[in-house]
Amino acid sequence: MGLAGSFFADRFGIFERDLQRYLNEAMSAGGEYADLYFEFLSTASISVDEGIIKSATEGVTLGVGVRVIAGERTGYAYSDDLSPERILKAARVAALIARGPASVVKSGFEDARPHNLYPMLRAPHEMGLAERVDLVRRADHSARAYDPRVFQVQATYADSLRHVLIATSEGRLSFDRQPMARMSVTALARRDGGAPQSGHSGGGGRVALDFFLNQKTPEHFAREAARQAIVQLDAVEAPAGEMTVVLGPGWPGILLHEAVGHGLEADFNRKGVSAFSGRVGQQVASPLCTVIDDGTIGNRRGSLNVDDEGMPTQHNVLIEKGILRGYLQDQLSSRLMHSQSTGSGRRESYQQIPMPRMTNTFMLAGESDPEEIIRSVPKGIYCTTFGGGQVDITSGNFVFAASESYLIEDGKLTRPLRGATLVGNGPEALKYVSMVGCDLELDEGIGVCSKEGQHVPVGVGIPTLKIDKMTVGGTAP
Amino acid sequence: MSELEQIASDAVKLATSRGATDAECTLSEGEEFSAGVRMREIENLTQAGSRGAGIRVLVGKCSGSSYTSDLSRAGIESMVRSALELAKITTEDPFAGMPEEFGKVETDLRLYDGAIAQMESEWKIAQAREAEQAALAADPRIQNSEGAGFTSYLGTRVLANSRGFLGSYRTSSCGLSVTPVAKSNGSMERDYWYSSARAARGLESAESVGKRAAERALRRLNPRKIATQKAPVIFEPRTARALLGDVFGAVNGSAIYRQASFLAGKLGERVASGLLTVIDDATMPGLFGTSPFDDEGVVSRRTTVIERGVLKNYLLNTYSARKLGMKSTGNASRGLSGNAGVGPGNFYIEKGFLAPEKMIGEVRAGLYVTELIGTAANAVTGDYSSGAAGLWIDGGELAYPVSEITIAGNLKRMLMDVVEIGADLDFRGSIAAPSLLIREMTISGH
Repeated sequence: MGLAGSFFADRFGIFERDLQRYLNEAMSAGGEYADLYFEFLSTASISVDEGIIKSATEGVTLGVGVRVIAGERTGYAYSDDLSPERILKAARVAALIARGPASVVKSGFEDARPHNLYPMLRAPHEMGLAERVDLVRRADHSARAYDPRVFQVQATYADSLRHVLIATSEGRLSFDRQPMARMSVTALARRDGGAPQSGHSGGGGRVALDFFLNQKTPEHFAREAARQAIVQLDAVEAPAGEMTVVLGPGWPGILLHEAVGHGLEADFNRKGVSAFSGRVGQQVASPLCTVIDDGTIGNRRGSLNVDDEGMPTQHNVLIEKGILRGYLQDQLSSRLMHSQSTGSGRRESYQQIPMPRMTNTFMLAGESDPEEIIRSVPKGIYCTTFGGGQVDITSGNFVFAASESYLIEDGKLTRPLRGATLVGNGPEALKYVSMVGCDLELDEGIGVCSKEGQHVPVGVGIPTLKIDKMTVGGTAP
Repeated sequence: MSELEQIASDAVKLATSRGATDAECTLSEGEEFSAGVRMREIENLTQAGSRGAGIRVLVGKCSGSSYTSDLSRAGIESMVRSALELAKITTEDPFAGMPEEFGKVETDLRLYDGAIAQMESEWKIAQAREAEQAALAADPRIQNSEGAGFTSYLGTRVLANSRGFLGSYRTSSCGLSVTPVAKSNGSMERDYWYSSARAARGLESAESVGKRAAERALRRLNPRKIATQKAPVIFEPRTARALLGDVFGAVNGSAIYRQASFLAGKLGERVASGLLTVIDDATMPGLFGTSPFDDEGVVSRRTTVIERGVLKNYLLNTYSARKLGMKSTGNASRGLSGNAGVGPGNFYIEKGFLAPEKMIGEVRAGLYVTELIGTAANAVTGDYSSGAAGLWIDGGELAYPVSEITIAGNLKRMLMDVVEIGADLDFRGSIAAPSLLIREMTISGH
């Protein structure tokens, strides 16, 4: 497939000779590498709140980012106008980072051979408005019908379609059409005159609207949000201190994202500021743990045919049987570390410089029966739903916030607990993993990862895990 | 009329001519500069500008909204068409609509400083270099850095509506930050310090920013993990500000009318220590939360939220005010897309009298929190739990660093338990707080 017939050629008249000209301008003062990232993003969202369709929004943004790399230096400029004059101006500004004679840009482009991870005839965005209205109304009805104690429901359906075109001075040309759709539901419940409690649920991926008709229905997310709010009505204070923690399958995989994922991004390791710096080949987790970052899983929220530097995404082994195997690389860090890009260069939009990021991060299944894992714990907590998390990559300390968890007493789940954060240290925490379940699940498709102010969609997953020692931040002694 | 004001007014006219009962259009234009320096070398340089428009239309009591980065005639037309189309699928909402009154603060709010537009790139890069150098030179244990950055921003905001309101203002800001990495005896810690201001002369010197960052990173080295216990906790201004941000979530009118806040229904009641007064004031000249009018064209003002412990007012936009049978406090906040939410002006805790050292001196054994990570604050219940790092206070003095701990409590109780307030209030963003001493929280360690 050539550029002719692609979105940017058709709609904005951008052809290979134009790309060549912009890249030549970007390299006019030298530098080793330059790239162009064209982005057209259309978004739509609709919400039901207090039983009525309260808001509906659509929008479009368009722009191009020009980057020049010279050694460790990056020059960047962007334009929200695709006229040749404005793009050339941005290229000249980005070129200021280098100081020397012009570098040679490879002439002619080769199409990168991308995966085809999210083929679909109709993007979610192209579906009718009435179908979207129906989705959020169904969620509202279903959450309310779940239990009479549910008194507030907000449900949102949001989708987007992003067209990108990426051209590099090394002659790599990629384009992609990246759909995304997501439903989210929040429910509040209370007993007569009692204090309210909330529950949240959501999911989606690089899917079309029919995913919500046939696979994960609005009722699925609505009941889950309502169920969580109802469970919380009986929750007691979470304990405080070090104890055994069992994580349920799926979304609790946010543990991996915080405890190891960020610390393995190559930029931090190139600079020697990560707690994992210089530790490739060392044991950083129990031998039961194999951790993967894989951007090639069909229709997942964190998946991409090509990363935001035009490289095909990959299945990357981060930790193999407890041993640290490698880092997540982008163009800049892999050049400076004499390594290869792992297809991990991502950015939020054309206005930002790409950096190494995760895609879908998960742990391979083990052999333990999940019920047996819970039975093996005399006293501890079992966490099934989380809010967010955060990590200090330098010290390695990370935090993630359990929003649904249960006390384990004598191998049985006894009482639901109120929200509490869990804290640990990245290179140490996974050494205490003593059982890994056979029930690997990926999350429902709701994760957003934030790094240096840039937000990108990601996925996580784990099987049921037993961690012998972790600090739980509740209030009960 | 400026070009942007003309575009906004035309968009509103177009919407009403195509059937909107009311319309409001917001435009923003900005130019950003950012330079990063690491280990004394330039690491990255970004310069660019962008524009965008957003419109909200009402057709009777139904609303629709849309946005675009294309301000051409065709782009605006397409945006208007899309918003009108969406208004057909939303439900009639008796509370939807424009504010009853509009206005602007007419005095000079000092939001724009031409000196920032005049700054040379070379000078800005040199500032970042100097700040990092000051941190690297501070101590031999600082041999590495995540870098230093200088950013500047020049922006214009325009709002026009079908009730005849047309307002615009320019803003400027600049900021300098540095993140040194300290290393000693197998321990590696980083911390950061920054300065930001709307006017060039408001920026702290590069040297002081660098030194402060170095001190903060150094004092975290070789932390201990402490035993689980209940103890007094002091939040320094940087962490107190984050805590106040969580309180904002509970006085936000959108949470109040949904009863999704532990402060819903508590107006006039005692909700905090008698020492605590919380103000929202969008009219303080030169600050980050200041603007002549809010994002619906309601005049900016000062609102007392908590007065000596008593909850006096919620912060409201027009919609949440109508839902509650109250009046907007001028706190409407929106980006380009969607309906207006509620945002802070300058939301702050009035300062007390004590120097922070005096507050520390009053604590026999407790925690001085310098960093919060992964905070879970539930505005519905007030439940609060957060990862933390800081210094342990022993006998009234900062004794040693602690990390890999959590602090937990409930915001309801924490507000009541504020026993001392520092004199060290300064405004580095739209939310600001002085040091706070809280009588007791649960600290979870080993």
